[in-house]
Amino acid sequence: MIQSVNHVALLPLYAAAGTAILVLVMELATGRRGAVLGSAMAGGLVTAVCAFGVSGRTASTFCTGAACSWVLSPSAGVVAALFAGLTVGVLALSAPALRVGTAPAGEFCFLLACAMTGGVVIGYAGDLITLIVGLETLTLPLYVLVGLRRFAPRDRVTTEGTSAAVTFFLVSVISTAIALLGAALLYASTGALHLSLLSTDRGLFGELTSVGAALLVIGLAFKVAAVPLHAWAPATYDGAPLPVAAYLSTASKLGGVVALALVVPRLDTGPLVAVLAVLTMTVGNLVALRQTRMVRLLAWSSIAQAGYILAPLAAGAAGVGAALAYAGFFVVLEFIAFGTLVALRPPGADGGDLASYRGTARRSPWPAAAFVLALAGLAGLPPGLAGLFAKVTVVDSLIGSGWGWLAGVVAVNAVIALAYYVRAAAVLYSGPVGVPVADLRPPRLPVPRPVATVLVAAVAVALLLGFAPQALFSALA
Amino acid sequence: MTSYTFVFPLWSQVLLVALLAVPAAGAVLVALLPDRPGRITAAVVAAVTFALTIPLGFARTSDFGWFAYTTSIDGPPVVPWTGLRVSWVPALEVDFHLGVDGLSYPLIVLTGLLTLLCCLYTVRTVPPGGSGRSLAALLLVLEVGILGTFLALDLVLFFVFFEVVLLPMYAVIAGWGGPDRRRAARKFVLYTLFGSVLLLLGVFTVVVAAETADLMALAGGLGLSRTTQYVAFALFAVAFAVKAPLWPLHTWLPDAHTEAPTVGSVILAGVLLKMGTYGLIRVGVGVAPEGAAWAAPVLGVLAVAAIIIGSLVCLRQTELKRLIAYSSVGHMGFVLLGIATLTVTGVQAALLGNIAHGVITGLLFFLAGAIKDRAHTGDLAGLGGLRESAPRLAGLLGFAALASLGLPGLAGFWGEAFAVVAAVERGGPLWTTLAVIAAVGGALTAAYFLRLLRRVTHGPAVADLPHPGVTRVEWAAWSPLILLALLIGLFPALVLAGATDPVTALTEALR
Repeated sequence: MIQSVNHVALLPLYAAAGTAILVLVMELATGRRGAVLGSAMAGGLVTAVCAFGVSGRTASTFCTGAACSWVLSPSAGVVAALFAGLTVGVLALSAPALRVGTAPAGEFCFLLACAMTGGVVIGYAGDLITLIVGLETLTLPLYVLVGLRRFAPRDRVTTEGTSAAVTFFLVSVISTAIALLGAALLYASTGALHLSLLSTDRGLFGELTSVGAALLVIGLAFKVAAVPLHAWAPATYDGAPLPVAAYLSTASKLGGVVALALVVPRLDTGPLVAVLAVLTMTVGNLVALRQTRMVRLLAWSSIAQAGYILAPLAAGAAGVGAALAYAGFFVVLEFIAFGTLVALRPPGADGGDLASYRGTARRSPWPAAAFVLALAGLAGLPPGLAGLFAKVTVVDSLIGSGWGWLAGVVAVNAVIALAYYVRAAAVLYSGPVGVPVADLRPPRLPVPRPVATVLVAAVAVALLLGFAPQALFSALA
Repeated sequence: MTSYTFVFPLWSQVLLVALLAVPAAGAVLVALLPDRPGRITAAVVAAVTFALTIPLGFARTSDFGWFAYTTSIDGPPVVPWTGLRVSWVPALEVDFHLGVDGLSYPLIVLTGLLTLLCCLYTVRTVPPGGSGRSLAALLLVLEVGILGTFLALDLVLFFVFFEVVLLPMYAVIAGWGGPDRRRAARKFVLYTLFGSVLLLLGVFTVVVAAETADLMALAGGLGLSRTTQYVAFALFAVAFAVKAPLWPLHTWLPDAHTEAPTVGSVILAGVLLKMGTYGLIRVGVGVAPEGAAWAAPVLGVLAVAAIIIGSLVCLRQTELKRLIAYSSVGHMGFVLLGIATLTVTGVQAALLGNIAHGVITGLLFFLAGAIKDRAHTGDLAGLGGLRESAPRLAGLLGFAALASLGLPGLAGFWGEAFAVVAAVERGGPLWTTLAVIAAVGGALTAAYFLRLLRRVTHGPAVADLPHPGVTRVEWAAWSPLILLALLIGLFPALVLAGATDPVTALTEALR
């Protein structure tokens, strides 16, 4: 049988995969760091443009009958563009570390471009196989990226990165196995693999369908680090280089969220998702209160944030818009938070203790201000208006779909979360013990140009989304 | 439901936007300037903003019929003097909807005035901590949030502005406060965020049920079921009770006031707390009148408890700022008692009490700050004999204390007296008892302020003050408040001039 393939619809995928190949060729042909990094970033931008370019169309390809494996939709376009944007951003964030040589530029950029390709696929996926393949393509390069670190002769060699990579790898493989088992059970009981054919109707083998749906959701919940499937995240984030941690907590999490948003409304898993959401946000926030390392604090906070994203999904199809909108606001703010850490730390350094950030506002006032903006947004407060609208969207959706008690849990958690966000932000503005910050005169730390550029762009996006959130809502609708 | 349209003069709409845009742009500008020019710019910006608040009062045109209480669906019960409505986030049904009426106008002017006075004060006096221009910039951001809250005629917009003040106030306390500032600031921000998330839940309970966030259309609880109103009012009441604050949710207030720098205390007591009481009138009673009627007895009892407990605690206080802070709990108790009666007299008393408390407590905190800066202690035992060491300060403190305890002829009298009158008017054993207890609380207020004066101004001089006189900047910052305390005391109609009709409309909705 010969299928006609709609190549225009596949343009974002071609651009993303092309980027990975281009990077590989550039590395072989020139071997220069600048050329590799530049081509990777250019490819990412082209991918974003392609995603936007086709986002207006409604087309699909690889169809069997009415069901298709590649479906264009406005939200898929936004998701693909976000993946491309985040990849470009993380490439820029890692430029200083690549210059120092903590990771080989060619391999680093190639792996990141591969991960982007996987991310692009997720949004457009029309069946469970494509979805899981996309998710794995997104995650697979990250195992390597987490542990990819070269040490200079006089550096102290640490194994944290490697152990983080192994933890991440093991947990992720198990979660994929669970998700695949779930998909297989669903297929066995309903005969459907295409998302459009899945239904809440439990069919002939009712119990089997329920188990399959639950396993699929649990497998995907690993990817968003939902409690009780979260334990890998803090260790992995903390062991990974900062830019990779940024990618893990934004793009990788976005992949899981999009996958869940595609699957959950077509299955009858509301109570399961609600329980996951409540556990995730509560445990994430409570544990974050006790953290003393910056990246671990952000890791636990991003676990809690995953809970807010899961909450509207408990309402099924009614909450998908709110979940995706929240994820959109969240990745921008989270990216700024990690990006400012890169700007505040020396190249190639890890996140460090909270105490080591004392007085950094004096040294680097602008990154510190961006950090405050990001944390305020994550806490859902002005001046982080984007975060405020994210919270408002979730509460609106939950109350509107009759899940008022879950909205209450979200609200209470927002209060708990503020306690540690305030602590993390305030430490930048306090001097070393006993010295007011106004009396400090530390040398200003220059921010590398690519990092500064991408941070300015991200802050501009966050402010724009804060004052005109309708832009995101319209793009997703 | 929201099919009405009004045409307001363009100049008044420009004014509404400018009221928010000027301080917001000013804050950015001040943050970019060097220290001293920044503080001066902040004072200029605050002056411009204050000047902009005045002409809003002329937007009220009598031939327009600026109040029309109708039961028809196509007209809102309360029509503002002027308004501006632009669609902002259709996905969440949020309009950028601003307006002014008699309820909000006095508070808007008060906000403009107090911010101006605080910025003026900051030009000369910067509390230790951060830089002065950052403090001035934060004061302007606070002004944006507070003015926005009073101007908002959209429920979600109201919530957004309500949230704006949270972090700047935290930063003011944590950055420029006293020795225990971090804990106090954290307590403030967590308590008030708890209040605002309840507000968020309440807002969307209403918005989802009514399918509109327009406060004008919602006034009178248009079309909301009884259950929705009960739930919404319960959420609103707790949310605003944290902000106001109402006993037993007040515990953040004394700590915040004790640790906050002078200007922080003035803004906090002067206008920030008013967001709670204003919200309770505009949003609580306005949107969920049936819920308000249902919860009124509880609110009344808590308000009277706040009056008595606030006064009793004040009798035992030994720290100047802490005492004034606890006195705020008592005064806000009177305001809430007025609201709880749900009568025209009561709500008017609440509005008057709001303004009077803002003026007098603002002045008291300025004075307390000045005394603490000079004596380096706020301990009453260490402050004796102020009359001899600093006669002018002692005189002003005496004046402010008399105004605060409700001496007839000064601003504090009307709000408290008529809150009691309203409770008596409401009748029935419960409200009469509450009125009597509140009156006793009023007497206790006099007792602790006289005790304060006896301890601080009279008695033997304990220490010499380094600068006993009142500086020119201090006169400039305080004299408007002194004048207002007198003026409002003599002509309470100043505050109430435009408020009768919106108040009637709100309370009528209960009949």
